[in-house]
Amino acid sequence: MDLSAINPVLLIASLMVAATPLLLAAIGELVVEKSGVLNLGVEGMMITGAIAGFAVAVESGSPLLGFVAAAIAGAALSVLFAILTQFAQANQVASGLSLTLFGLGLSALLGQSYVGVKPPQMGDIHIPVLSDLPVVGPILFGHDIILYFGIVLTAAVWWVLKYSRLGLVLRAVGENHDAAHALGYKVLKIRLMAIMFGGACAGLGGAYISLIRVPQWTEGMTAGIGWIALALVVFASWKPWRALLGAYLFGGVTVVQLNLQAAGVAIPVEYLAMSPYLITIIVLVILSADKSSAPASLGRNFHASR
Amino acid sequence: MTVPLLSLQGLTKAYPGVVANDSVSFDIGEGEVHALLGENGAGKSTLVKMIYGLVKPDSGKMLLRGQPFEPAEPRAARADGIAMVFQHFSLFDALNVAENIALGMENPPELRDLAARIREVSETYGLPLDPFRTVGDLSAGERQRVEIIRCLLQDPKLLIMDEPTSVLTPQEVDILFKTLQKLQSEGTSILYISHKLEEIRTLCDHATILRLGKNVGECTPAETSARDMAEMMVGSTLQTPERGSREFGGVAMDISGLSVPAPSAFGTALKNVHMTVRKGEILGIGGVAGNGQDELLGVLSGEVLTDADAVKLHGQPVGRLGPTARRRLGVLAAPEERLGHAAAPDMSLTENAMLTGSVREGLEKNGFLDWAATKDFAERIIKAFDVRTPGPGNAARSLSGGNLQKFVIGREVLQDPDVLVVNQPTWGVDAAAAASIRQSLLDLAAKGAAVICISQDLDELMEISDSFAALNEGRLSAPREAAGLTVDEIGLMMGGAHGMEVAHV
Repeated sequence: MDLSAINPVLLIASLMVAATPLLLAAIGELVVEKSGVLNLGVEGMMITGAIAGFAVAVESGSPLLGFVAAAIAGAALSVLFAILTQFAQANQVASGLSLTLFGLGLSALLGQSYVGVKPPQMGDIHIPVLSDLPVVGPILFGHDIILYFGIVLTAAVWWVLKYSRLGLVLRAVGENHDAAHALGYKVLKIRLMAIMFGGACAGLGGAYISLIRVPQWTEGMTAGIGWIALALVVFASWKPWRALLGAYLFGGVTVVQLNLQAAGVAIPVEYLAMSPYLITIIVLVILSADKSSAPASLGRNFHASR
Repeated sequence: MTVPLLSLQGLTKAYPGVVANDSVSFDIGEGEVHALLGENGAGKSTLVKMIYGLVKPDSGKMLLRGQPFEPAEPRAARADGIAMVFQHFSLFDALNVAENIALGMENPPELRDLAARIREVSETYGLPLDPFRTVGDLSAGERQRVEIIRCLLQDPKLLIMDEPTSVLTPQEVDILFKTLQKLQSEGTSILYISHKLEEIRTLCDHATILRLGKNVGECTPAETSARDMAEMMVGSTLQTPERGSREFGGVAMDISGLSVPAPSAFGTALKNVHMTVRKGEILGIGGVAGNGQDELLGVLSGEVLTDADAVKLHGQPVGRLGPTARRRLGVLAAPEERLGHAAAPDMSLTENAMLTGSVREGLEKNGFLDWAATKDFAERIIKAFDVRTPGPGNAARSLSGGNLQKFVIGREVLQDPDVLVVNQPTWGVDAAAAASIRQSLLDLAAKGAAVICISQDLDELMEISDSFAALNEGRLSAPREAAGLTVDEIGLMMGGAHGMEVAHV
């Protein structure tokens, strides 16, 4: 085996790419759960976003248009979930699981004619001087625009939740929906908005896989990232920056194990392939000793009776 | 005649199967403290929800200073100067005091300015509060201060208070009344909802009495006796439970040096609890909600296991035994939360009778359930305790709160316990049914059972208990003989005023 073939600068640059789909999905789900809703359909919304974004990018030739379509598709699917759980009062766990199954099936159907097609490339940004710096250049200034969007989104969600009135109301709804209703806040409307935001983020994350990370279309290509995103939100104790940390850890281990595989390390491939999931969860479980920040109304349906 | 602040004219609101308010009319004058009296389920809460814009009336109208007043939502009501302190606090445990208050305001100032104003207003009215404390860590009395200050910051014309004193110690009640009187002297009207008659007699200028959704009378509380008001509320003559004199036997249950950590982030830890109950004795345990009542019941019933020696039954250690093993030995319990703790909401009354009665009533043989015998048992409970339900096949959820409470208490009483632990036995039960539940506890004690009655209703505890102790922040005061205890002494046992002071101005 030859570990010297692994370039640390490229490694860090590519771990950021590997982490971005997870980060986008997790930030979206974090907002959803802060509003008191548990949407287990992240995987389904991601894969739907992946094929919707891929198809639109191929047909229009614009990857950016693809991302917009992916966000819309993810949000549209999440509206289905919102109708079931918020208005028809269906069980959130069952609805979320069926949303995932539905998304996987729907994407396989839509994607049939796109197998083997190459999508248009999304260019990396290039800032003169900065992007050409050694080490720092490729890590900080040589990525695509969506990757930066993910980081900005994390910061924005953190700020909104912590400092803005909107964030306060959102947290209040997730904490005690009966009290929020008694004070005159529209619990269902706020939750619907949060669910749609989560759907759009998951769709973006999915499209990032099919348009940038891989980039091609294969059935079931999200490969459980949606489930990791769900775990990440819990283990990050519903804190955006911790979710970013967890996502980068996951991305890092993913990239390292791929490099190790390529270098021919004498560990069975199956063990290497499972390692990102395992290590991320173990580390986050240790980090998340403080469980008190869970939204108290999480997963409970609200009905304005009397 | 001057125009009243708020005039209600023929308000009616019906829910499927029940008319909550049937053409209710009354006026609240400027600067008046108006009492709204009635039993649980008389429609008081529905009525104030209509005033606060949470519920729309089916018919009738409201006039605010002579102008039509139809709040579409609480926001609109607040904008018109209506503020409300809720019976079940509308607070958010995980948020701090300032955030909670900001949520109840239309245009809250910056958090730092708001915190300063909270300090200022809370000092003025003698309700000190730290704006940056997490609400989940506050006592019930402090939580109520948060609600009151939230209202005061909006400079209300009408302050609605829904059973504000049910969670306060007597000293805290005194201070609250001084705050309310100060508000009244500043011209604020108060709509005060309660079923505690003595309070209304000291505080209120005028009272409207509701029964089954109808306005059944008005009176001037200072000139009407509590008994007359009670009979207007109930609509019949009240029976007071009778207690015969009893001889106490040996110690039935003995708890010594019991400490239990808090079961959850916002639970209460029990700290070094000592108590003994003798056969034939009723031990009343008072205290404001959230001071360890649920935890103590859990320890006594066996839901929370402790050191074997910490809990003794007839001298034998039982601390390691679970609820079923303790039931077999004769320790029965009826917890406070009816739906979900004392009864399984979606199961029938027969099934619920099976759940706690299987051991002592022999309803289970070799792993098979004897449903015929269980149905008989359920019917016996229904008959003996006058539970109003079409039959034992109905789901527990379908019963009204008071009826389910009668079932839950009756289920334990009929199993002939040696030790019975009840938490809030008459909470949400109408006066007549409450009297019969209390009577059944007294009868049980007369037959030689030891009864531990945890309750927040001091009148109830004084009526039935032989000795009295109080829980405060997980500590139990030393039990004292109940006869002859004064309200002041009880209040001090409950922890006094928790740092509240009388209004400064």
